[in-house]
Formats: sequence, C-alpha cells, structure tokens
Amino acid sequence: MVITTKNLNLWYGAFHALKNINSGIEANRITAIIGPSGCGKSTLLRVFNRMNDLIEGVRIDGEVLINDINILDSRTDLVGLRKKVGMVFQRPNPFPLSVYENIVFGPKVHNLANKYELDEIVEHGLRSVLLWDELKDKLKKPALGLSLEQKQRLCIARLIAVKSDILLMDEPCSTLDPQATQRIEELMRELKNNYTIIIVTHNMQQAARVSDEAGFMLLGELIEFGQTQQIFTTPKDKRTEDYITGRYG
Amino acid sequence: MERHFDAELKELHKEILKMGALAEEAIFKSIEALKNRDKNGAQEVIDTDNRIDELELAIDERCIDLIARYQPMAGDLRFITTGMKINAELERIADLAVDMCQRVLELTDKPLLKPLIDIPKLSNIAQKMVRDSIDSFIKKDVDLAKTIVLSDSQADELRNRVQEELVNDYMARDSSTASRAVPLLLISRHLERICDHATNIAEDVIYMVEAKVVRHHLEELG
Repeated sequence: MVITTKNLNLWYGAFHALKNINSGIEANRITAIIGPSGCGKSTLLRVFNRMNDLIEGVRIDGEVLINDINILDSRTDLVGLRKKVGMVFQRPNPFPLSVYENIVFGPKVHNLANKYELDEIVEHGLRSVLLWDELKDKLKKPALGLSLEQKQRLCIARLIAVKSDILLMDEPCSTLDPQATQRIEELMRELKNNYTIIIVTHNMQQAARVSDEAGFMLLGELIEFGQTQQIFTTPKDKRTEDYITGRYG
Repeated sequence: MERHFDAELKELHKEILKMGALAEEAIFKSIEALKNRDKNGAQEVIDTDNRIDELELAIDERCIDLIARYQPMAGDLRFITTGMKINAELERIADLAVDMCQRVLELTDKPLLKPLIDIPKLSNIAQKMVRDSIDSFIKKDVDLAKTIVLSDSQADELRNRVQEELVNDYMARDSSTASRAVPLLLISRHLERICDHATNIAEDVIYMVEAKVVRHHLEELG
C-alpha cells in the first residue's frame, strides 16, 4: 500500500467531516472517491498532502501512512510532502507565466535542476502529458492563453516536473467538454504506469470508466471500498447501491 | 482517437471467437467419435465441456463489467448485448455436442444399425452453419448472416428424413432395433438444434450490424 489511513477523523470546528476512515490505496492504480456533495471526499483527498492545514479550526487524529511514514506527524516536512504528493484542481490554475516558466517553476524553487537540465524537464513534462507536439514551438507563450484542456494538462506536467509520485485530482474534468474529458482520462491511464492517482469526482460514470478501485463516501464515512468492477456491479452496501443507481436522497 | 474502451471490446471479440472455435471443435469431435465408434473421443468431449462453461461465465462477466463501467451506446451497446447472446448460444451448442457424445457412448458397444449417410451430411451442415455464423459476426457480414437464416430449412428436412427412415424402416418393423435407433434419432435432433442456435447467432448479427430485428420476423430479411 502506498497510502494507508488508520482511524482517521477530521473536524472543522465542531463539524465531524471525516469519521474513522480506514483505507489502503495501492501504487500505480487509479483510485476514485465518489459520493454526494459534502460527503467529505475532497476533505479526504486534501488530507493526503495536508492541504487542510491551511483551514482554520481543523483538527485531525488517526494516522495517514504514505510509504509507511505518518504524514500527520507534526515534524512532517510539508514542502517535501506536497512535492511528492501533488494536486490537480477542478479549475486549471496555471501561473500567469509562459508555458516554459510554469513547468520550471517547481524545479527552480526546489533546486532540482541546473539551467541546462531545465529544458529537458520541460520536454519530459510536456511529453508525459501529450502536449509536446502541440506546444514545443509555443513555450514562450503565456499559459493563460491555452485551452482549458491544455491548461489542465500543463498543471499535471508541473507535478511531473517536481517528480511527484502521487497525483491527487479533485474533479479534474468538471470544466472540460466530453472530448477533452475523454482525452484526460486516456492520459490518466498512461500516467498510472508511473504514478499513483487518486481522483475525486461527482461524475460516477467517469469513476466507473477510469478507476481500478473505488470508494463511496457518505456523511463523512467511507461506506464501501473495493475494486471498481465490484462496486459498480455488485456493491455490498445498500447505501452504495442506492447512490450509484440514482436512488439516493 | 482510439478509446481505451476499444481495447476492451477487442478482448471481448477475441473471447467470443475462442468460444466459437471450441464449440465448433466439440461438434466435429462428437461426429468423429460417432463415425469411428470411439468411446475415448466421446468421453473427451464430455470431460472438456467445463472449459467452455468457464469461458461462458468469463465472457458474461466481462460484458456486465463493460456495461456497468462504460455505459455503452448505439453500436457499442448492440455489440456487447449481441456478444452476450451469442455466448449463450455457443454454450448451448457445446452442450448439444456433449449430448451427442452421451448417445455415442450408448451405441459403441452395440452393432451398427445401418451405415451413417444422412447424419454426417446433417453434421456437415451444422458445422458449416456454426462456422459461418461466427464468420458473419467477425466480419459483420449481414449477407452471410442472411444466408444462414435461410438455410436452416435444409437442416430441418434432413432431420425429418433421418427420423422417418429410423421410425418407419426400423423401429416400426422390428421394435428390438429401438435401443440402437433412438440414439441416432436423438443425434439427428441435437444436430438440428445446433443449426437453430447458429440461426439465432446469425439473427443476432443482423441486429448488431443493422439494428434490425429479424427474429420471429423473417419478412424483415428483405
């Protein structure tokens, strides 16, 4: 297991947002977390790179082991953690810089490369997200001028540039049209050979199509976790069945 | 752009072809066992039927998984649902080959009632219909599928001839021949049923390719 959560609880002030979550996420797999709005799926995702620390009044207990190290430990190097566990957001958020500068920004901050190596990092990053052929002659162009899909791919390339191992994706396709969504899904399948991907999505069909394992959350609890095929054909819990068949609520 | 889903569909396609090859082989071997009065050959078909049963379950599971995970539409949906039906038809064909082999085992210790003439002919028709039905599926060949549907009556006629001969020329004249005539009569019936299943596959292929239902509506064949 790359990520294991043990008795994980999280409160926003008095609100109990994650209730005793126990799960194991395997390497080089795509794991989807599904559930209705407010069920805690994005909160769980943000625990994995301690993004919730930025929210006032958050309290967490339990353990989250990434490669056997408890990242909830107060001595955790957060910069190192967020480099290793990168996040792609709902709305692509490139920096207002050139395509090239977007990708080398991380490696420069982390002193990962000398300036000769940066060109290679840019090419590798863009090739990994299948953008190289489209953008190799436009590296100096502003990233904000790209299409939404290209921006989202660029954001994934930024994580590749800082050598993230785990990619957290929070509704990565919700602003994209069906064709661009399909292409990002194909990209995810390519990337899982080298990365562990966890995706949070409202789009159940997407979770069914793209993931190897899936977890269903409801009111802060992880109701069921298992192979995607099993979750979507023979869910064990009636609440999971009600949700995936549209009977929930 | 090739979808990941296309790779999954290709796998399904491959498995159905394998199922077709196994079913066709089972018919061939059961008729060889009959012609050669080969007990071991007949027993082998009976013993290896579980491979076909397991493949049937695996194909069904794959189809359900594809429907649940990819929500297929239009041609993709017709391909998968047709695949499920063809899978069931092929499994029934293989079961009929097993039934024939059980009849062969009843016959091998007894003297041959009569030379086999029409049953091998019927068997050739059955094998050709199964092979062509699978071919029509592979090539999405509606013309071939239509030929299969229209040729089913040939098999019916041949079966009737075998039955009439066995009943009128043997059993009615000498009831002691029944223990050797009935298994042959049943084999002709099994072969004719195999042709019916091949016809069903051909009708499914027409639906898959043209979205046209010809089952129970032969006038739709055009």
